[in-house]
Amino acid sequence: MNWLASIGALTIAKMGSFGRATLMLLGAIIAKPQFIKNTPLTIMQIYVVGVQSLLIIVVSGLFIGMVMALQGYTILVSYGAEGSLGPMVALSLLRELGPVVTALLFAGRAGSALTAEIGLMKTTEQLSSLEMMAVDPLRRIIAPRFWAGMISMPMLTLIFSAVGILGGHVVGVDWLGVDSGSYWSIMQATVDWDKDVMNGVIKSAVFGFVIVWIATYKGYDSIPTSEGISKATTQTVVYSSLAVLGLDFVLTALMFGIE
Amino acid sequence: MNSRKAEILVGGFVVLAFAAGMMLALKVANQSMAGQTETYTLNAKFDNIGGLKVRSAVKVGGVTIGRVDSITLSSRDFTPVVKMSISKEYNQFPETSSVSILTSGLLGEQYVGFQPGFEIEGIENLAEGDFIEDTKSALVLEDLIGQFLFSKGQ
Repeated sequence: MNWLASIGALTIAKMGSFGRATLMLLGAIIAKPQFIKNTPLTIMQIYVVGVQSLLIIVVSGLFIGMVMALQGYTILVSYGAEGSLGPMVALSLLRELGPVVTALLFAGRAGSALTAEIGLMKTTEQLSSLEMMAVDPLRRIIAPRFWAGMISMPMLTLIFSAVGILGGHVVGVDWLGVDSGSYWSIMQATVDWDKDVMNGVIKSAVFGFVIVWIATYKGYDSIPTSEGISKATTQTVVYSSLAVLGLDFVLTALMFGIE
Repeated sequence: MNSRKAEILVGGFVVLAFAAGMMLALKVANQSMAGQTETYTLNAKFDNIGGLKVRSAVKVGGVTIGRVDSITLSSRDFTPVVKMSISKEYNQFPETSSVSILTSGLLGEQYVGFQPGFEIEGIENLAEGDFIEDTKSALVLEDLIGQFLFSKGQ
């Protein structure tokens, strides 16, 4: 009977935390919007979450584009199809690598920081003090971070993909000698704005939503000790990476699976 | 970090993202800024469309003049009907024009090759919704091999 009880206890605990996460999200985003009060806070958070992630996004985008051009070239050249290097780099970046790698980096760079910040606020009782001053911490602390993540992720993905395609151009055209005209023109003939670019942006918005949700909840719900914060930060990175990879398969199957 | 500096940097970030989006739109996906050009619709019945797909190009002498809008099967005689939207810029093709399904390169994608007909007195131009009578189907490799073997056997 003990094992049955432990399964039950685990399920109740998991469902309970799902419920608390949903309540936190609803409390943070479903309320009368306060644009004048919240816009400066959100802009500050876009700076922390988006602008400060720019370096890692640009550098990894550049190198992933360059590596893909190098790897793709060695295979394509044996079929005499190195002109198709452009669409290969562009499609794999726009459809898959752009949203997914940006999301993984974003979870590691920004998600963990959000969890640690909110967790420490909880430990040092800043959240309780806000409540004592009749300021709703969900709307003052969680909501700006949530919107900042939702806004930053698609923009970071666009930058990642664009930089990656330029990196592919650097290696493919300038170094390996693929014709620049065919790199761009075959890419333009293959890539579709709605089907490829917009689907990538939709993917990244979904990933951004999931990552900030997990990150803010883990911080908000952390055990207010040093071990608690370190555990919450680790869980943020692990859970959001798993959620991103799992959701990516579902979204890809929905978007590209059925013709 | 004062908020003025943060605002400037966030502004830069937004501009950068916008530039990346513009680059993807114009340079990668080749969306024209003018938006959709005005088009008119032509139909053609084929026996076999091979690997033709929606959004395949319609070309005259290699110049793209339109795209395949939809491919349906006529419920009356069970032949594929290809609906093409052609740019209004090119609206003076005679009714004697013909279309055929061609392949770009050995392994390339299939497209609709449009062959303008002769302008003779009494022949009108193709207009919205017209059916092009003279069509040539896609080459199916298996049929070709079959014909070759048959002619060898004779």
